[in-house]
Amino acid sequence: MAKVHVVHYLNQFFGGLGGEEKADLGPQWFDGPKGPGQLLQTLAPDIEIVGTVTAGDNYMAENTDAAVDEVVGLIEKNAGAEIDLLLAGPAFNAGRYGMACGAVCQAVQERLEKPAITALYPENPAVDIYRKAVTIVRAGSDVMGMRDAVGGMVAVAKKLVEEQAIDPATDGTISRGLRQNTFAESTGAQRAIDMLMRKLRGDAFETEYAMPVFSRVPPAPPVKDLSSATVALVTSGGIVPRGNPDRIESASASKYGEYSLKGLERLTPESHQTVHGGYDPTYANQDPNRVLPLDVMRDLEREGRIGRLADTYFATVGNATSVERAEQFGREIAGKLINFGALAVILTST
Amino acid sequence: MPLVLHKHAVAEVGIGTGSGFQQGRLTIDREALVSYVRSQVSRVTDVRVGIARPGEATRIVCVKDVIQPRVKKEGAEAGDGILCVLENVAVVTCGPIVGFQEGIIDMSGPGAEHTPFSQFPLIVLEIDVVEGLDPHLHEEAVREAGLAAAGFVAEVCRDTEPDEIEMVALTEISTEADLPRIAYVYPVLCQGLLHDTYVFGRNAKEGLPITVAPEVVMDNGVVSGNCVSACDKNTTYHHQNNPVIAELLRGHGSRWNFVGIVLTPAPTRLAEKENAAKAAIEQVVQLKAEGAIVSKEGFGNPDADMMMIVRGLEQAGIRTVGLTDEFAGTDGGSQSLADTTPEADAIVSTGNANERIELPAMKTIFGPLPDVTRLAGGYPHSLRDDGTMEVELQAIIGSTNELGFGRLTCREV
Amino acid sequence: MERAGLPTAHICSIIPISKTVGANRIVPSVAIPHPLGDPAKTPEQEKAIRRRLVETALKALETDISEQQVFEVGPD
Repeated sequence: MAKVHVVHYLNQFFGGLGGEEKADLGPQWFDGPKGPGQLLQTLAPDIEIVGTVTAGDNYMAENTDAAVDEVVGLIEKNAGAEIDLLLAGPAFNAGRYGMACGAVCQAVQERLEKPAITALYPENPAVDIYRKAVTIVRAGSDVMGMRDAVGGMVAVAKKLVEEQAIDPATDGTISRGLRQNTFAESTGAQRAIDMLMRKLRGDAFETEYAMPVFSRVPPAPPVKDLSSATVALVTSGGIVPRGNPDRIESASASKYGEYSLKGLERLTPESHQTVHGGYDPTYANQDPNRVLPLDVMRDLEREGRIGRLADTYFATVGNATSVERAEQFGREIAGKLINFGALAVILTST
Repeated sequence: MPLVLHKHAVAEVGIGTGSGFQQGRLTIDREALVSYVRSQVSRVTDVRVGIARPGEATRIVCVKDVIQPRVKKEGAEAGDGILCVLENVAVVTCGPIVGFQEGIIDMSGPGAEHTPFSQFPLIVLEIDVVEGLDPHLHEEAVREAGLAAAGFVAEVCRDTEPDEIEMVALTEISTEADLPRIAYVYPVLCQGLLHDTYVFGRNAKEGLPITVAPEVVMDNGVVSGNCVSACDKNTTYHHQNNPVIAELLRGHGSRWNFVGIVLTPAPTRLAEKENAAKAAIEQVVQLKAEGAIVSKEGFGNPDADMMMIVRGLEQAGIRTVGLTDEFAGTDGGSQSLADTTPEADAIVSTGNANERIELPAMKTIFGPLPDVTRLAGGYPHSLRDDGTMEVELQAIIGSTNELGFGRLTCREV
Repeated sequence: MERAGLPTAHICSIIPISKTVGANRIVPSVAIPHPLGDPAKTPEQEKAIRRRLVETALKALETDISEQQVFEVGPD
């Protein structure tokens, strides 16, 4: 294998510039390895550390975005196209240092499109924030774990450069919490029966999907008097103006639409349709009010039961749309509704 | 009386004059097949018949169903008599999109690894129906055309010596054998247009849950009218060759005591779901099962059915394993299921259907290719001008089958 | 939306899913393909069903709750 060219990120302490009193130092470039980089170099002669960037813990923590820009700028300027990979740390259980390592790794991956690895103690607060985006080698809580952590980084570095899959079970990395497809040795039916027999015998068995814990939201306070409030309609049932102007997908929606209700008394098969691919669309297409109750909302508006109906409704398709994306839609729609002056929402789902 | 399967192994399929089956070579008389299908299903206006073979650069789109050709040689009762089966071949129905959830079969390339139907030759029927047909009738016409074609094809082996004879009957095992009693809970969707399943010729909305023997299911007992996302819709072929039933029969009497199948519906109203789950659980209790496999079809609302059944069985002291696929987002970072329960502590994952796959252009295309952008699992930009595509596994027939037909699974990285 | 401070009534068919994903004000509807209607009924009956569902949702929006709550639709 050709030599792997690496840039190493370290804090002021491991960069040999000083302790807490030097924590305000800005990013600097040094050619070649420093500190843990020298150990790394001896463990893996086929890795060449072309340069080291150091920065103070406080400097990185206080103005992270700008500081990360500076670090990335230094790497681009000094290593440019040469770099195959970025290594950051190990940062063990150091909070500020861990955060800086995570942020630098993520930035290098996104902007320089190079793989990046850090090594952290599993309880380092940076783990929760960066585990999804960044490959993190499992490290001990302090510098006593240096040799193992560096060794782990070397092994994972080679795999990443060769674009091999990383498996936390065998590679000593912290799980990214990502579900990844792979082919098993036997069929699902065979595995199910094996698992059931183990369970019946009282033997140890490992579920292939541990039940997730969904987040709970404290209830929003009620609106005491809806007769003076603006109420908005939102649906995950895929009701859109006929022709689906935003081309919202019938499953795994990547977007939501916002559509005017101005001047409309009720939805009709001519004006609206469903694009949801997860249920029999016949009934919603015959009468879209069966999913988005515009006719009734207009009646209640006229009768003064609600102040008014918001002029805009939001629609997406809930079918196979990931929870994460749904949460993003929810945040964005809430922001827009608040700007419209809506005080309460009726959300319909199919 | 048991069901006797007369299995005929197909090695080659071709179009020719006069249908026939000799030394593993199956010949289809195209005109005869087309006129038979049209005579059986009046709303079909045109059928184009082609053969897709493993390894070919062939893509079939808007696949509605896959059916194994079978014909009953003897016996009128379901689960009784002789059933002639053509192995290593299937009839595939495709054509203009009816709903959103019809799928793709690739015969080679990365897509082929994700569908079981790339492994043997397929008799592909592109079906046109009378214009302006109501979607329910369109689905019915295509479903009936597929079944008619499969029956027509299977006729060729009625008088041929089978390559293999297999008896299917759930024999009683003496309780003294002290083997664990295992039942199979087999949910089928019945949710309206393109989401219905037919059990013994009737819509599964009626008459379920029901406890049945495996030979009854294997005797073409369950037919898909169903186009939930291609990845986890159970085609008629899957029902005919249910892998849970096959595996449970294999170890019956030696490793466990397979005590029966409870076919149960997955309907659209909550009260119906609760009633069905309750009745299915009671039937499993009646079978005196100690353990149960619970399979699945579809995702989203059927997660709720599965969790109710698993919870109820575990609370009744019956140990369960559930088979499900996952919708964890394209990066795998999201929660995988819409409903969960702590009792579901033993789950077999059949893969993340949101994962994307890059598919190359193909030389031969059956069905309306541009419709893939509207498939569940497709995107408006899925199909590029050069014929290459990026879709979710969701759009590939059988890719995350929740009967456990394939080997795909998911791990945490 | 509740997290952002907007009380939100979730009208949906499959309550267990709504509870699992964390909705707070839940109103059980008719069926998945027609949550606020019933094709088996006359248009007038359907609209009456729809109105009762929406009125229940409005009541949910006006109710102070401390945890997830299902608001059952009253009889005809």
